[in-house]
Amino acid sequence: MIGPERHAALSAWAFLAPALLLITVFFFLPILAALLLSFTDFDIYALGDLDRLRFIGLNNYVHLLQSPLFWTALGNTLYFVVVGGPLSVAVSLGAALLLNNRLTRFPGFFRAVFFLPVVTTLVAVAVVWRYLYHPRYGLLNYGLSLIGIAPIDWLGDPAWAMPAIILMAVWKNFGFNMIIFIAGLQNIPAQLYEAARIDGASAWRQFRYITLPLLGPTFLFVALMTMIGYFQVFAEPYVMTQGGPANRTLSVVLLMYEEGFRWWNMGYASAAAFVLFALILAATVVQLKLRRARD
Amino acid sequence: MPLPFRLFFIILLALCLTNCDSTTDRAVTVEFWAMGQEGEQVRALLSEFERRHPGIRVRVQQIPWSAAHEKLLTAYAGDSMPDVFQLGNTWIPEFVALRAIDPLDEHLQTWSEDALADFFPGILATNRLDGRTCALPWYVDTRLFFYRTDLLAAAGFAEPPTTWDGWLHAMTTLKGANGSARYAILLPINEWQLPVILALQRGASLLRDRDQYGNFQDSRFRAAFVFYLKLFEQGLAPPVSNAQMTNIYQEFANGTFAVYVSGPWNIGEFGRRLPAAMQPHWSTAPLPGFDGESGVSLAGGASLALSRTSPRREAAWKLLEFLAEPEQQARFYQLTGDLPTRQSAWNDPALASNPYAQAFRQQLLHVQATPPIPEWERIASRIAYYAELAVRQELSVEEALAALDRDVDRILEKRRWLLARGLTP
Repeated sequence: MIGPERHAALSAWAFLAPALLLITVFFFLPILAALLLSFTDFDIYALGDLDRLRFIGLNNYVHLLQSPLFWTALGNTLYFVVVGGPLSVAVSLGAALLLNNRLTRFPGFFRAVFFLPVVTTLVAVAVVWRYLYHPRYGLLNYGLSLIGIAPIDWLGDPAWAMPAIILMAVWKNFGFNMIIFIAGLQNIPAQLYEAARIDGASAWRQFRYITLPLLGPTFLFVALMTMIGYFQVFAEPYVMTQGGPANRTLSVVLLMYEEGFRWWNMGYASAAAFVLFALILAATVVQLKLRRARD
Repeated sequence: MPLPFRLFFIILLALCLTNCDSTTDRAVTVEFWAMGQEGEQVRALLSEFERRHPGIRVRVQQIPWSAAHEKLLTAYAGDSMPDVFQLGNTWIPEFVALRAIDPLDEHLQTWSEDALADFFPGILATNRLDGRTCALPWYVDTRLFFYRTDLLAAAGFAEPPTTWDGWLHAMTTLKGANGSARYAILLPINEWQLPVILALQRGASLLRDRDQYGNFQDSRFRAAFVFYLKLFEQGLAPPVSNAQMTNIYQEFANGTFAVYVSGPWNIGEFGRRLPAAMQPHWSTAPLPGFDGESGVSLAGGASLALSRTSPRREAAWKLLEFLAEPEQQARFYQLTGDLPTRQSAWNDPALASNPYAQAFRQQLLHVQATPPIPEWERIASRIAYYAELAVRQELSVEEALAALDRDVDRILEKRRWLLARGLTP
């Protein structure tokens, strides 16, 4: 006979089974396959005839870490994460604070407007931004010329291409985090601000000692999600610059895509994916640790 | 009805319908993948084909060029290849290595000698691998000069240059007459074609030792590379990529540059996009050559191939044969502006009367193929990359070419391994 505890465990497994099966088939198995693939030199030769596949151990990883292109891509990705991430979080927070202010009129309207870029297709956005960035006919350079700044070749100049991509990405994405911040802000009890005002706290001190600490968990969530998302930057450079000029906007995922689907070096691309995974994992752990140490 | 059940019935119904359809009609449906505007325009030819072969229906799937290569590879990996497909002729070695292509030699035995000789030899050569004909050339693509006749005449040149020296001289004079904001020639720096064309003109072999190693530090490639860089150093060509010149037609009409190296599709584009006042003032010319020889250009173009896994190869071959007929090629030219691969199709009045196409006919007699190996596209992208770095003066000529050789040697590692084991790549 089955004991009641066994019974409960069995029915729990039975209920979990469909979900677990799906996750295993569509998530864990492909990941395992990709891991195995990263130890081979799977390419078009192997695709045509499996006899031409070689197990090459860690060679893909060694080549990857020796490849200047990978380091360029990693440098660009870190640039994007380190500059774009905090900027995006700051803009989201700023917009959330503005919209959450009692004095703001039509908050619903502005919330919708700020959220609009998030739901717009990236390709359409990219086409419009390419016009904005145009060195001769672009609106941005026209604006700069009014205050006497010489035209900048936004997407063509190796030094400006990444800032241009970051600017567009921040504009496109800040609305999502803004909504999360607004939700976090609305969870802060109003009495705290009332008490602080009675004690004569300035707006800055209210922000520093009430808003920020109570927004802590939201902040951590937003920061982590933004970081993870920004590490995987792909679509923006893919549509805007294809990684150019001179590979200055080539990101790790774009490199992975090119190696995997353009050149069909699946082994090498899988290795790049796992290196990126390790990096994101490490960065997440570090951020969590920092947070815990501070609390 | 709950959704899953409804879906189930819809699928059941669809299955039944397709089944019923094929059993009653008994027509063979050939799946044909073609790219971009070719995929759109080729339908106009097919009614004639279906009239001649009542038992065959053709289903055309149009694929955008930018996704075509990936899509064909994924289709192969997913075992869902079409019966007939269009492909860039530089992709042929790759699809042969994949064992995705069914060679045509058996079918071609029914052809007369003349029919095969009617193709431009340099173009046909790109479709042959190890003595087998793997695909049929569909239309050609090669690069040559599009130039402003008025600007060249104003600078004192009645004819476009035919030698490198004459070219450099003409460019320098044009630049001098044009002033600092204008240039003589537009060469997008993210393209590999011109450095490779110059190297081929200089007689360089791009790879060495049965295409197992890069040969880019060789003196002939270096000389061509230095000449290419000189066009930028002297300010004759602006150091910009294709994406940065958002509207080349407008810039060409403005006289921002007087010469542009481009392919056949731009005959139509120049006709449509340049203002009417500019129309009498442009023309095309074959590329200049090094040291008095006729300048070669690239033997590019698109081909048609049969899938090895197709169960309808007989019907598919009939479609291929039909599209390769000179009459169909001439009609296709009228529909798309794509230049025919068969020389007899060029006698068609529509093509013979197009003054801009004549330079292409001359150029097509002097074309050379890039190395016929699957890795070529990858190598070409490395050439474009290092050429761009050298133009931007981030690397010296020596550094760029050494790095190029190193990268290419690594790309060719698998090929060396296969050849060393006596396996065919």
